[in-house]
Amino acid sequence: MAKYEKILLKNMEQPGYTGSLKEYEQTGGYQAFRKVCEGMAPSDIIETVKLSGLRGRGGAGFPTGVKWSFIPKDHPGPKYLCCNADESEPGTFKDRQLMERDPHQVLEGMAITCYTIGAETAYIYIRGEFWLGAKVLDQAIAEAKKAGYLGSNVLGTGKTINIFVHRGAGAYICGEETALLESLEGKRGKPRFKPPFPATHGLYQKPTVVNNVETLANIPHILNKGAAWFAAIGAPPKGTGTRIFCLSGHIKRPGNYEVPMGVTFREMIYEIGGGMRSDKPLKAFIPGGASAPFLTPEHLDVKMDFESLAMAGSMLGSGGITVMEEGTSMVWAALRLMEFFYHESCGKCTPCREGSSWLVQTLQRISRREGRMSDLDLLLDLCKSIEGRTVCAFGEAEVSPIVSTMRHWRSEYEELIREAEAAHPVKQEIPVLSQI
Amino acid sequence: MIFDKLKDEVNELLSRYPVKRSALLPLLYIAQREEGYVSEPAMKEIAKLLSLTPSQVYETVTFYSMYNLKPIGKFHVQVCRSLMCALVGSDNIVEWIQKNLNISSGQTTADRTFTLSVVECLGSCGTGPMMQVNDDYYERLTEEKVGQIFDDLKQKGSSSLKSGPFMFPQPTKS
Repeated sequence: MAKYEKILLKNMEQPGYTGSLKEYEQTGGYQAFRKVCEGMAPSDIIETVKLSGLRGRGGAGFPTGVKWSFIPKDHPGPKYLCCNADESEPGTFKDRQLMERDPHQVLEGMAITCYTIGAETAYIYIRGEFWLGAKVLDQAIAEAKKAGYLGSNVLGTGKTINIFVHRGAGAYICGEETALLESLEGKRGKPRFKPPFPATHGLYQKPTVVNNVETLANIPHILNKGAAWFAAIGAPPKGTGTRIFCLSGHIKRPGNYEVPMGVTFREMIYEIGGGMRSDKPLKAFIPGGASAPFLTPEHLDVKMDFESLAMAGSMLGSGGITVMEEGTSMVWAALRLMEFFYHESCGKCTPCREGSSWLVQTLQRISRREGRMSDLDLLLDLCKSIEGRTVCAFGEAEVSPIVSTMRHWRSEYEELIREAEAAHPVKQEIPVLSQI
Repeated sequence: MIFDKLKDEVNELLSRYPVKRSALLPLLYIAQREEGYVSEPAMKEIAKLLSLTPSQVYETVTFYSMYNLKPIGKFHVQVCRSLMCALVGSDNIVEWIQKNLNISSGQTTADRTFTLSVVECLGSCGTGPMMQVNDDYYERLTEEKVGQIFDDLKQKGSSSLKSGPFMFPQPTKS
């Protein structure tokens, strides 16, 4: 098995590493922030991050340096940074590890970002269930403040950088950046219509950058070792750096694995993940969290980078890979995910609010063996009426399990429906009003 | 009044945000911590603290799943049912808990020790099946392990089987 050099998990994989400030400093921690504070121009930092090719690790993959450059430079008044630590995409559990095991790596990335965009206040919006992560981060913030990395007059620059942990309260949608901002403002977490984008009208309608935990954790390394170093890792030019992939499902060795972008799924599943957990062969896998369309064993040689997955009809998303063995019902799998999406639809847009309920009910009917062949057209028609017709990307996400399982395993749906039709034949006579 | 004796904590929270309403979610957590659930008087008190109407607090609190609007048992057991956990057997765990505690999802045991909620993804997909009891995560569950955890909770109020700072797979000495 090829050994890949790790960037983000390197420290924590050292036995005994606890993630304290002292240990983090001993591994070169906060050197990048010191370098920045010695007088690097924000425009140079943005240029470096742009050249590194770093793209957002939350799901959408937007170039980070470009996102930062949208913040108006001469804006009077406050600007904000929000670290998206909501990590609610089913199949994804990497940010939890980054925060609980090496919190200063994230904090240093945030401090540098604040310096670059001119934000004095940053919030870490962490999902409510990650109580331990919030506690670890609070402690780390106190440590960093004491050491002069955070607070007022950071490292003698005269700048103020304060970071606060803000816990969410159990809503998937708050991982969507504008819903996150609404939630942080103390409201129901419903996505905002874009434009305007958070870069100009974000938190409290002020210029705001929202970056994922893993994205921010990469920043110190890019500044320490240079854009060219980072840009050479992985699948340049469009998929640079490493990525932490989360393996779950019917896999022998589930867990978080950091590999360069562009490794194939075959290598990830069979070498790094140790293959299937039983002797049953692979039937399907979800390549990038619950929102990413299902793929089949035919796609095993697809490379894990943004472009290759888009070409294969799916997406790299949040990096959560869920593996399913032969014998798993795809209708059942789609239903389970659909029930999740139905539960989590925020209710703002009618197609998603009503459509998710229709989709769940139709799938449940098929699973109970009470479906009809016409239900298949109904499902696809509903999907078409949801996709692209909602304020946020939730609409595209919720239809993807159904559309993709119907594309690859339509026969499984048909089989359940044939059983239903055999058990309850459709009555040929349709009652007419006069006879009732 | 819950917040009268917590003035310092409330003021520190308010100082974090330029707009008071942002402190709503954290204040609701404090109310829940103090009373075990978010009561109507607490919501009214929070509304006053943040210069909101009680209905603004109520509309927000009902959006989020982590606030209990009714009293619950001493231990809130939340088991993940989403696909990733279901693939590795969460349905069996749920069934076992329902049978052994003799309650179904949303119910509380007669002695008010346990409340069971079957919930959607809690972000611990590689270490399923998993559950959260109050603040703590318990992962890679088996029926025996859940039994042990419940015994510990009943006897000692906590269990050493809870997860610490997360890392999976564990680092190996090379």
